[in-house]
Amino acid sequence: MSVLIDGNTKILCQGYTGEAGMFHSKNSLAYGTKVVAGVTPGKGGQTIEGLPVFDTLQEAKKATGASVSMIYVPAAFTADAICEAVDAELDLVVTITEGIPVADMAFVKDVMRGCRTRLIGPNCPGIITPVTDKTGCKIGIMPAYIHRPGKVGIVSRSGTLTYEAVWQVTSAGMGQSTCIGIGGDPIKGLDFIDCLRLFQEDKQTEGIIMIGEIGGTAEEEACEFLKGQVTKPVVGFIAGATAPPGKRMGHAGAIISGGKGTAKDKKAAMTRAGVHVCDTPSILGATMKKVLGGPKR
Amino acid sequence: MNIHEYQAKQLLAKFGVPVGKGIACKTVDEVGKAFIALNQPLAVVKVQIHAGGRGKAGGVKLVRSPDEAKKVAQSLLGKPIVTPQTGPQGRIVKTLYVEAGSDIDREMYLAVVMDRAAQAPVVIAAAEGGVDIEELAQHRPAAIARQRVHPVKGLMSFQARALCKHLGLLGDQAKGGAKLVTALVKAFMELDCSLVEINPMIVTKQGEVKALDAKMSFDDNALFRHKDVAELRDLDEEDPKEVEAKKFDLNYIALQGNIGCMVNGAGLAMATMDVIQLKGGTPANFLDVGGGANKQQVTNAFKILLSDENVKGILVNIFGGIMKCDTIAEGVIAAAREVHLSVPLVVRLEGTNVELGRKLLQESGLDLQTAASLDEAAEKIVRAIA
Repeated sequence: MSVLIDGNTKILCQGYTGEAGMFHSKNSLAYGTKVVAGVTPGKGGQTIEGLPVFDTLQEAKKATGASVSMIYVPAAFTADAICEAVDAELDLVVTITEGIPVADMAFVKDVMRGCRTRLIGPNCPGIITPVTDKTGCKIGIMPAYIHRPGKVGIVSRSGTLTYEAVWQVTSAGMGQSTCIGIGGDPIKGLDFIDCLRLFQEDKQTEGIIMIGEIGGTAEEEACEFLKGQVTKPVVGFIAGATAPPGKRMGHAGAIISGGKGTAKDKKAAMTRAGVHVCDTPSILGATMKKVLGGPKR
Repeated sequence: MNIHEYQAKQLLAKFGVPVGKGIACKTVDEVGKAFIALNQPLAVVKVQIHAGGRGKAGGVKLVRSPDEAKKVAQSLLGKPIVTPQTGPQGRIVKTLYVEAGSDIDREMYLAVVMDRAAQAPVVIAAAEGGVDIEELAQHRPAAIARQRVHPVKGLMSFQARALCKHLGLLGDQAKGGAKLVTALVKAFMELDCSLVEINPMIVTKQGEVKALDAKMSFDDNALFRHKDVAELRDLDEEDPKEVEAKKFDLNYIALQGNIGCMVNGAGLAMATMDVIQLKGGTPANFLDVGGGANKQQVTNAFKILLSDENVKGILVNIFGGIMKCDTIAEGVIAAAREVHLSVPLVVRLEGTNVELGRKLLQESGLDLQTAASLDEAAEKIVRAIA
């Protein structure tokens, strides 16, 4: 098993007819992912690049039986798109779009209180579950070819740093159960704790790589959770040890404010929680290999 | 994005936040005229820079006549003010704000911030003003009252009353305080702020509650729907290299070191800085070239890195995901030629077609080194500039 998605997951693309939506839908399809329809208001009824397009998400869900959507709509309309997916009671919404106003996300999170839908993102690479060496379920913008099916679960706030970890895991002869990029925004969907819980419950996952960065206290809270409820080994890295306070390091959420959210505090919390903390991301794969005692994927 | 105090007060006044009467001035003469126009026995001349700690740095002066106002203006305009937030070089004062003096009875602290844990705006209040709120939060957390604002409905009346109670405001003062905090939250929400801070908020001897200082920061992601706010941007207050980078859609932050770095992705860019430091070097900047690292972007990035005269060497670290390594290598080679790169360059590529990419780099005839891992790249660049 994997977490949240597998080879049978059916996916809708909101913003399918836009440049990013089209490009990444094609990449997902090429990897064998079951993207089954697009949703673009005003373009319903057409078939574009082999997929039916619907005006509304409700219609698309009804016609295809899809349970997951991926969102590539422009930032100004993303809050609306997420709410449409929540209203349609999808299981999972993966929001790739970056640059969404924080107030919009605060509104979305308020709408999502008590709902059944899970949100990943925004401002994230997405989620991927490799099924074979060449195919899998890819909902996002990550390069598919670096992944192999295996027993390492990866959760991260950063995109390219996730690819770095994936590539090392693959190069070391192991593979990934599921990789989740939770995104770099301050207000977002799934956080570390949610993903750690899923990996702990997942039979396929034997080890977890957790990649955090400066800003907020999600890593510290996750470490408290690790102590009580996660028995699987965790290898960790925190980016931003050299970041100056008060400056936003690319990600809207990556900022040290009021002395809170430093890499030092986060690494200390990880160490206290028994995480195998890496000082450089170059050794994430090797450390995991050592912890799991061999490359048996 | 940040704005000046006088701009913040003008915006807040529109929402009904009581502020003093004031006039923004660019010249000594304007300051003299402003004093006369205010028609008060006492006025305050305040430097307008995007940094706190102005008072202690000598940037806030009381004046009692037009002549005195002009003399003070003469001593401040065009000169640098150094506060703990400006860095040692300080900020050149280009604007002064002349405000009618207030009879201060009591100072308090009030702010609204977008709080990631609450996933909503939160109002923060303390009964002592002019304080370092972070220090207060650490040493006497009970001195700070917090109210989570509903992200749609805004601040409820009972919350405003509770905040005023905490601030020790009674009777008419409590009414004035509630009005101020409600207006402040409204401005915060309607203008997509990330921070609004009134430090201090005061009660005058006449019993009036008003904002004596004001600081506003806005969510950059939301500026597209606030064109009038976006126009308040003061590029003089920002690092010129950061302004230039923004034009090219590059995410650049200047730092103090001497190794320029160019990376794709914010997390990897931070990690690259970290590893440079771990290997004994110091990063000159944070630079995220984004997902589509093509020749043009790389050329622009090189130009910005090289415009920093502290840069003694450059480390390029790119994980070729969707973009293949050979394409990136071609971009790096063409860009390095175009800018006549004269400092040591270490390139670390990883991802699709990585062998082809490294081969292109090695055969380019350029004076550069390649590296297989981030650690190796950092070691090489640190050694190259030693």
